[in-house]
Amino acid sequence: MADKIATRQAYGEVLVELGLSCLDIVVLDGDLSKSTMTTHFESSCGSRFFNIGIAEQNLFGVAAGLAASGKTVFASTFAMFAAGRAYEIIRNSIGYTGLNVKICATHAGITVGEDGGSHQAIEDLALMRVIPGMTVLNPADAVSAKALIREAAEMKGPVYVRLGRLAVPVVYDQADMIKIGKARCLREGNDYTIIATGIMVNEALIAADQLAETGMAIRVIDMHTIKPIDIEAIIGAATETGGIVTAEEHSVIGGLGSAVAEVTSSFAPCRIERVGIKDVFGESGKPEELMVKFGLSHREIIKAIKALQGQAL
Amino acid sequence: MTIDYQALNDTARQLRISIIRSVYAAKSGHPGGSLSAADIVTALYFYRMKIDPRQPEWDQRDKFILSKGHAAPVLYAALAERGFFPKEELLTLRQLGSRLQGHPDMNKVPGVELSTGSLGQGLSCAVGMAIADKVDDRQAGIFVLIGDGEIQEGIVWEAAMCAAHYKLDNLTAILDWNGLQIDGRNEDVISVTPIDEKFQSFGWHVIAVDGHDMAEITAALDADRITDKPTLILAKTVKGKGVSFMEGDPGWHGKAPNEEQARQAIKELGGTW
Repeated sequence: MADKIATRQAYGEVLVELGLSCLDIVVLDGDLSKSTMTTHFESSCGSRFFNIGIAEQNLFGVAAGLAASGKTVFASTFAMFAAGRAYEIIRNSIGYTGLNVKICATHAGITVGEDGGSHQAIEDLALMRVIPGMTVLNPADAVSAKALIREAAEMKGPVYVRLGRLAVPVVYDQADMIKIGKARCLREGNDYTIIATGIMVNEALIAADQLAETGMAIRVIDMHTIKPIDIEAIIGAATETGGIVTAEEHSVIGGLGSAVAEVTSSFAPCRIERVGIKDVFGESGKPEELMVKFGLSHREIIKAIKALQGQAL
Repeated sequence: MTIDYQALNDTARQLRISIIRSVYAAKSGHPGGSLSAADIVTALYFYRMKIDPRQPEWDQRDKFILSKGHAAPVLYAALAERGFFPKEELLTLRQLGSRLQGHPDMNKVPGVELSTGSLGQGLSCAVGMAIADKVDDRQAGIFVLIGDGEIQEGIVWEAAMCAAHYKLDNLTAILDWNGLQIDGRNEDVISVTPIDEKFQSFGWHVIAVDGHDMAEITAALDADRITDKPTLILAKTVKGKGVSFMEGDPGWHGKAPNEEQARQAIKELGGTW
């Protein structure tokens, strides 16, 4: 069994590393620093940490002001309150301006668990993806989270990083070759393709392994960058394999599935099955129970592949 | 140092003429709240702020943020008058391809410190800029102009609380208190008073002035700051100030004058058509 580490934990660690080497980095939080893990940065670089309190609009407004003054700003709260509560501030003060703010939103998706539907952001990728110039990242594990956040710190401009609460299996051995905008092919295969993002990458690998036992060669792609999306990888999957299953811990509306379908419908029409949350709100429960109830397990991915088998374009 | 109030008043009058010209040329825009702020903006750009039009990005400069971004015509008028871009360009306001967007765009216009327009955001960003100057130990001032209707936005009070908490004595907000917003009088839409007591209770130092009296405005801008407190200059103004038929009429919040009205306005302001 591989190690399990939450991507928010990786964020907290890499932020300290970045903060100690780059003095222009300033970190903001909205009274959730012990949950978002920015507390580690506060401990090591306290003069560049500002707690803005329970005021998410101001959190991102202040972030924009700091960025306008030349700072590289990491601003964190839960995904619900970043992408949701502060949406228009992010859109106008950070997106429209193109300012150098890294919105690192934790506790995304239904694996927030017991807090329930009010706190489970299932629409954040859609909301962030539609903002012009916003880079949108959704790392699968701790290793790729660190690699992508390091690269986000290096680049200029706004970035949304979707991070989770739950400790999840590490799927990458090493961080090299993980680049923003470049999907990673984790399993080769030409029968069908699973394009997954975030914690669904691990479920995709389990699904591919089980299908391999039945003789199917499934391509598995980690689409850690939702925007700008890797068009070549999608066209390759559409033209070289029998169809695509997308898998995301997000609504099937507006997120990865939609982004992939936008590409294929223009360049390489193919059958797509979208595994994700079916236009409903989440609820309280253990994360693992919710994954099953809301159809976010490897079993649903396998069912989706079977559906593709029965329905050629 | 004696202050040449007459020269400042003349400059404010020039800005008002530019506001009328540009809004008339655009056939849309916000003359009322631009005219009410003209004296305040003049005092900032032609008296108080350390800025250099030849080096808009000079890193020791003072910064002005127009949080009530719909008053873009007064900001553009001041920047052009101060030499950040040619005055002729004012007549391109709001037209396709112009740098002078309906609301200020920091990525298009030299001297515009922040893109604004969505109310309340400018004050919040100004707090971030003031924190940045504290972090870098930069001795500069952050000035931000907010509207009275604007303080109905919740983010204004989030930002006000934050500015006091972080003891941002390098932050000065000026509130253009003309009493009117799109749908009418503030007091009929959603009461905003008492503004001074609200900000005081949020931990701000408040100075009340007549927003059309250059001596009072400059004195407030020069007044010693209270250590560890942000300052609010509560400037009582008249919406549409300087143009008789626009004064005190909320109908001129977001409407351009026709030719006859524009001629009349410029005549009243001592300009030539």
